[in-house]
Amino acid sequence: MLTSSFDAVVPMICVALAALAVMAAEAFRGKNEKMPIGGLGIVGLVGAGIAAVLLWNRRSESFGVIAGDNFGLFITLVLVIVGILRMLFSGPVVERDGLPAGEYYALTLFAIVGMIMMATATDLLVIFVALEVLSLAVYTLTGIRRDSMAGTEAAFKYFLLGAFSSAFFLYGIAFAYGLSASTRLDVVGRYFAESATPDNPLALLAVGLLLVGFAFKISAVPFHQWTPDAYEGAPAVVTGFMSTGVKAAAFAAFARVFLSALYPMNTEWTPIVWLVAAATMIVGTVVGVVQTNLKRMLAYSSIAHAGYLLLGLVAAGANQDVGQIAKSAILFYLLTYAITNVAAFGVIAMLGSKARANDELRDYAGLGKTHPALAALMTVCLLSLAGIPPTAGFIGKWYIFTAAVGAGYYGLAIIGVLTSVVSVFFYTRIIVMMYMTERSETGALAPAPVVGMVALAISVVAIFYLGILPAQVMNLAAASIGTIF
Amino acid sequence: MPLLSLIVALPVAGALLLLLVGNADGRRDGFVRWIAMAASLAVFALTVLLWARFDPSSADYQFVERHAWIPAFGIDYHVGVDGISLMLVLLTGFLTPIALLSSWGSVAKQVKAFSIFMLVLEAAMLGVFVSVDLFLFYVFWDAMLIPMYFLIGIWGYDRRIYAAIKFMLYTMAGSVLMLVAILGLAWIHSEATGSYSFDLEKIQMLTLAPRTQFWFFLAFALAFAIKVPLFPFHTWLPDAHVQAPTAGSVILAGVLLKMGTYGLVRFAFPLFPEAATYFAPLLALLAVVGIVYGALVAMVQPDMKKLVAYSSVSHLGFVVLGIAAMNVNGWSGAVYQMLAHGVSTGGLFLMVGMLSDRRHTRLISEFGGLKGVMPRLTAVFLLITLSSIGLPGLNGFIGEFLIMLGAFRYDPRFVVVAGTGVILSAVYMLWLFQRVFYGPVTNPKNEKLPDLLPREWCALVPIVAMAILMGVLPNLFIRPTAPAVTKLVDRIHAVQGMHVEAKPAVAPIARQGN
Repeated sequence: MLTSSFDAVVPMICVALAALAVMAAEAFRGKNEKMPIGGLGIVGLVGAGIAAVLLWNRRSESFGVIAGDNFGLFITLVLVIVGILRMLFSGPVVERDGLPAGEYYALTLFAIVGMIMMATATDLLVIFVALEVLSLAVYTLTGIRRDSMAGTEAAFKYFLLGAFSSAFFLYGIAFAYGLSASTRLDVVGRYFAESATPDNPLALLAVGLLLVGFAFKISAVPFHQWTPDAYEGAPAVVTGFMSTGVKAAAFAAFARVFLSALYPMNTEWTPIVWLVAAATMIVGTVVGVVQTNLKRMLAYSSIAHAGYLLLGLVAAGANQDVGQIAKSAILFYLLTYAITNVAAFGVIAMLGSKARANDELRDYAGLGKTHPALAALMTVCLLSLAGIPPTAGFIGKWYIFTAAVGAGYYGLAIIGVLTSVVSVFFYTRIIVMMYMTERSETGALAPAPVVGMVALAISVVAIFYLGILPAQVMNLAAASIGTIF
Repeated sequence: MPLLSLIVALPVAGALLLLLVGNADGRRDGFVRWIAMAASLAVFALTVLLWARFDPSSADYQFVERHAWIPAFGIDYHVGVDGISLMLVLLTGFLTPIALLSSWGSVAKQVKAFSIFMLVLEAAMLGVFVSVDLFLFYVFWDAMLIPMYFLIGIWGYDRRIYAAIKFMLYTMAGSVLMLVAILGLAWIHSEATGSYSFDLEKIQMLTLAPRTQFWFFLAFALAFAIKVPLFPFHTWLPDAHVQAPTAGSVILAGVLLKMGTYGLVRFAFPLFPEAATYFAPLLALLAVVGIVYGALVAMVQPDMKKLVAYSSVSHLGFVVLGIAAMNVNGWSGAVYQMLAHGVSTGGLFLMVGMLSDRRHTRLISEFGGLKGVMPRLTAVFLLITLSSIGLPGLNGFIGEFLIMLGAFRYDPRFVVVAGTGVILSAVYMLWLFQRVFYGPVTNPKNEKLPDLLPREWCALVPIVAMAILMGVLPNLFIRPTAPAVTKLVDRIHAVQGMHVEAKPAVAPIARQGN
């Protein structure tokens, strides 16, 4: 073991080493030689997972800016799960589409390093650095199919708007620094608790700019416009990663900043987040209804899910007990959503071919007959996204709504449940296609690769486990909250 | 022996077993059908055992099982049955094998998936009736939607997808608001006692403010009213019933609709007695409108299945009227009518399905003079028709009679209008019977129709036997429910009385209802 001040960065180092190993392996790989590069990534991720488990409850801290608290570790574990599932889904896809394997896996792993850093950072500047690390990797991944016009366009759009939002974020940091003379969250928090008055325009500017920056990253309305285009243009495996890993990491940092450093300003930001949450839930579901491209549909669904998370954030601003429930609800929701969404995008990725993405709704017609196992597993994922028992998605939503009702936000909870009914409509459209529509075209879809099916089966088992016996993981989530806020 | 858990788990076990049977080419269809049948018959045997070991003199939950599930929120796996739920468990156990049997002739594609969904559906319905924990109840309540959605959507008739989605969205829209109310109750419990609880028995101890009761009752009642369905929330029902495969319709009409009325009896009224008293006249009014409206619309239907579907709107109106009367007669009648309607409407859907299997049409005008061609079916159809109308000596009479008795005590005006519903039901059912079975054979296609097959006999004999048994020995079914009904009705009145004395402010609300 190294000196204790390194403890908290061990998970990151594991993943980063794996990324470097991947790059080295790529350098030694013959032109068409097959090499299980993804396996290196899985080794690194498992190492990070083990490190996170060992660090549990130790409250380690590195360099004063990275905290190995349970909150960060919980998110780290979520990211590790997302990463491993993604490696499994990627293997066959990378081979099929002829993506540059070394770059693909290395960028993915570097992005995960950025995500873990973002979830564990306790300094605004480090959060920003993490944000850039993960964003640059993900921009590149979005456009990794250089022959694809849509992919290039998506990457460019994503990059421009991402850079734009980074500027907002940085501006927010500047104001916070200007007020408190520090970028460390605890110092900023102390300043806001002691000396900020609600009518101080600089304080309001700092809060507002940071809010906009985060809202971009988690694609909350009205900063969501980039999402559908970027999600649609990127390869499906990358989209699955963007919609879960990036979102989980960004939301973790969002929650950490707003519930610790900016918590004293919560009477100011709560009404705004309330509005954003309501708009995000409504726009995400209502616009999702009319989509005919599956990736676009799931893009809007992921916007709606960001809305439910924001609902949790609003409730987390409430008094002690309910606030605790809301915070652990956010963590639990992130876990359920991440597993489900990665799996759903994995299905889309597996059904694509090199020539065609096969991600239009009509491509799924008759899937229940041609790919019965795949369709059944996809159905479970969709039902979980819709929040129907006994799946993980239901428990996640229930947990969030419990917190919202407990905090007295009945209106927001009602908007939440009603939009989830609307979302049922578009998730079931996919099910209708798979099971109740005959396949008209002759173009048969390729059978799903075994590795992907295994990953999918693991996800579905996890979905049922979290849906039927959630108590233990819920306790874990609750325990991660006590340590930081 | 954890009898209730066994009853709920057995169909799931059967479904899991079926998952393991490889049947991609449909060669093992027969085997699959027998496994499903064996599982559902075993469940029925267990429900009968439950009935035999049930103590009919007690009003408490029996066969109670309780295990911590999500301790942080006081959520327990808490199941138990009182007389009311016992009867509905029995009904579910009774109808599922019959519905499965009816599918042997009509469902030919994807038999394995069909059987799995039927078994999962059965488990969810049984779960709804035995849950004493609100969270557990909601989980089963919502989980039930998925298998039914697939049953309608895959094996239904022409407009099945529309019907399936409509069914799903309507039901969910109602139930999510109930979820918010359930969460609110758990929260109020935690404020009052310091700990969360979703346990029905604990939540019943709370004293809720009238305003809270008002909103929460509305949320619960809306969920149940859509399920029943109470006029004007009934529009999903004709679509779902008509498009569903026969087995789906039997379960839909036989059991699923009762989940709505059961919810009113078990949750909405006892949890929010003051609000219930306040809203009872409105519920009774809607029920009576539904009785007459359902009957009138049924009368003009050209499609047999649609006719039976609308007759359900009318019959379920009676059940709600009985519940709104809030007295022992009304509630006993309502519970009894739930069973009776399940048996007779289940039987009607079965027979309409048999005719439609033979002729691939359900239009009344396509038939006529079947009496000469299919005398046995005619006889059974007549008997079930009479039971549906409410002929004394058969199952339909007792329930309607008790409900009217109870409603008369509550407000005679409702009974006057509801009475016309009884007459109208005789009109539409007998007219249907006349057009389909009497007269000469007008359509040559009907001349050679085979009469009841042995398999169809097996499905219909239990229905007929039950219809007669319930008519001749009604006490067999009323007696076990009596203590539970009395307890719940007393509870509603006790809370009312207490508040009238303690808080004069709510007295007008209470009086309005009487």
